[in-house]
Amino acid sequence: MISIISNRKSRPFVIRKKILGAAIVSITFLAAAMVITIALVMLGHFLIKGIPNISWEFLSQAPRNNNTEGGIFPAIYGTTFLVLTMALLGVPVGTATAVYLTEYAKQNSLFARSVRFGVNTLAGVPSIVFGLFGVGFFVHFIGSGIDGVLGNTSSVWGQPALIWAAATLAVLTLPVVIVSVEEALRAVPRELREASLALGATKWQTVWRIVLPNSMTGILTGSILAVGRGAGEVAPIIFVGAVYSLPELPSKITDQFMHLGYHLFVLATQSPDVEAAMPKQYATTIVLLMLTFILNFTATFIRSRIRNKK
Amino acid sequence: MAESMKNTLTKRKIRWGEWIAETGIKVVAGASILLIVLIFIFVFREAAGIFSGKTVKSENVRPIGSTDENSKPEEYSLPDDTDTATNKNGTKAESNSPDVYNPEIEEIKKPAETPVSEAVAASQNRSIWENLMSKVWQPVGEDPKFGLLPLFIGTAKATFVAILIGAPLGILAAVYSAFFAKRWLREIIKPTIEILAGFPSVVVGFFCLMIVASLMQSLFGLEYRLNALVGGFGLAVAVIPIIFTITDDALTSVPKTYREASLALGATEWETAFKVMLPAALPGVVAAVLLGIGRAFGETMIALMATGNAAIFSGSFTEPVRTLAATIGAEMGEVIWGSLHYNILFFVGVLLFIISFCINLVTELFVKKRLARKFQGV
Repeated sequence: MISIISNRKSRPFVIRKKILGAAIVSITFLAAAMVITIALVMLGHFLIKGIPNISWEFLSQAPRNNNTEGGIFPAIYGTTFLVLTMALLGVPVGTATAVYLTEYAKQNSLFARSVRFGVNTLAGVPSIVFGLFGVGFFVHFIGSGIDGVLGNTSSVWGQPALIWAAATLAVLTLPVVIVSVEEALRAVPRELREASLALGATKWQTVWRIVLPNSMTGILTGSILAVGRGAGEVAPIIFVGAVYSLPELPSKITDQFMHLGYHLFVLATQSPDVEAAMPKQYATTIVLLMLTFILNFTATFIRSRIRNKK
Repeated sequence: MAESMKNTLTKRKIRWGEWIAETGIKVVAGASILLIVLIFIFVFREAAGIFSGKTVKSENVRPIGSTDENSKPEEYSLPDDTDTATNKNGTKAESNSPDVYNPEIEEIKKPAETPVSEAVAASQNRSIWENLMSKVWQPVGEDPKFGLLPLFIGTAKATFVAILIGAPLGILAAVYSAFFAKRWLREIIKPTIEILAGFPSVVVGFFCLMIVASLMQSLFGLEYRLNALVGGFGLAVAVIPIIFTITDDALTSVPKTYREASLALGATEWETAFKVMLPAALPGVVAAVLLGIGRAFGETMIALMATGNAAIFSGSFTEPVRTLAATIGAEMGEVIWGSLHYNILFFVGVLLFIISFCINLVTELFVKKRLARKFQGV
């Protein structure tokens, strides 16, 4: 009976279904293939065009002759200085927030939920708005405030500077730090905490001596990811301290600085002679890509090791 | 003796070190909330000049991008009465021109005795809201026009193209990777998506400017090299990793029993994927698209480099567009600190912030909660 029905009714149906299924699966495959193609074409294009233009001179010298000669050392230096200052400002705050969320917060307390909401919102704010915030808050309010307190007649702090750009980026990368440190803290086995508490240690002693040392690699991952993200962000720092050319390297945190991403942007859009600057554009791109990718891969590698251990 | 011992044993001692540590951490954790509030307050504060028409201290009048430290305040000080020099738009005028020349301000700040041109008179008669709702964005000139409509249209066009390309690609690729891909293929797809996510937006913008723009122009014979399509494609590149990752998370968070039950009832893999798993993860997919939209319309560098940056009030996708975020990025560097133009750029920033905040609120309160409720009830 059953076989009759299926014979009569469903053979063409089965075939149609199979064709439909194959078509649908191949459509999803095509989508995945296209995404991968986009990524690889971009990467390949920059590697092929960029690598031949990299030289020691390019990495170690300042730009000359409208960026058609020389190198980008000041930009590399400025970017490094910037992201390290940023990590110094942002990582402690991010770590403390993650410690609060995993160790102290009661699961559904209003404050904890608000903090979580704040972190998620922060992650979704457009990067250019952080730039405006940097101008309005750090430069205009805090910077000018410091000048007022110190009694400076000309602006020392109240102008775009490396420290304000670093602070702006620290705010922008805060969610990155919080999320990865939180993951690392959660990977610390409960038994360790319980053992510590059972031995008479207080909560803070447990956090400080047991939990944090055991999630050091996670904190490191978070910092590296944040630095990788911060190094690639241009929009927030355009008006908070990045400049196109500098007579000398920044030495104080109130100096302005050159930045790889901003340098690339200006080279690509405002160069007087785009053709002549082309090799330098690609070489700058490669340096920027290398910087962010090496940082990202290191972080992913460490994180996958933590996950496997867990 | 026994009494005091009992006291020390039963009485709860306040450990001050503990208390300080806990409170300190809690306060620092509050920074995230505080920062959201501060962002709103301080971006809005700089924009507030539009509405209040309040004057700006003249020593603050300085281009933001200026690198010269020698812009001394005394250069900008007003020698005589300031009331006459304060115009309706809330810009304080100066009689002696500083080393930074801005035609817009220059025109406005002429003392009352010099005859003002009709255009300027018109701009002063027009209310700021009329100006903002007009169809022309032309911030520099005799009669600065701050019509936000072309910017909104431009942003909408670029975002639309980005989502039109990015959402299907991201979602379908996530479905493929979650259900159909072999293990080794998945090991390739996921890191590649991470590579894509790792591209700094300025590099994506550069790629679109150099390669995609030329390619599209020769393929479709477009009139303009940089246009909404090229910009939208660039934004899609930025959006795909977000949509892929969140969709993938949502799909893998659907309980395995759903899939097993569906397969046990005789459904095929693709039927299970599209008729059971994808509908179950729908709130997550919606969240992915929403956050993708949020990313696309707030993205600055790609929009700045690949859209052509012309504020045109039209519906054509092959014409250059200018997005809200790119407008801030492009003009903030040259604007006079405290001018009306400056205030309006911050106002655009406030709009961006509010829109992104709303998108986030919707995903947080509505979408994610539904996803959680759905699976906790299982």
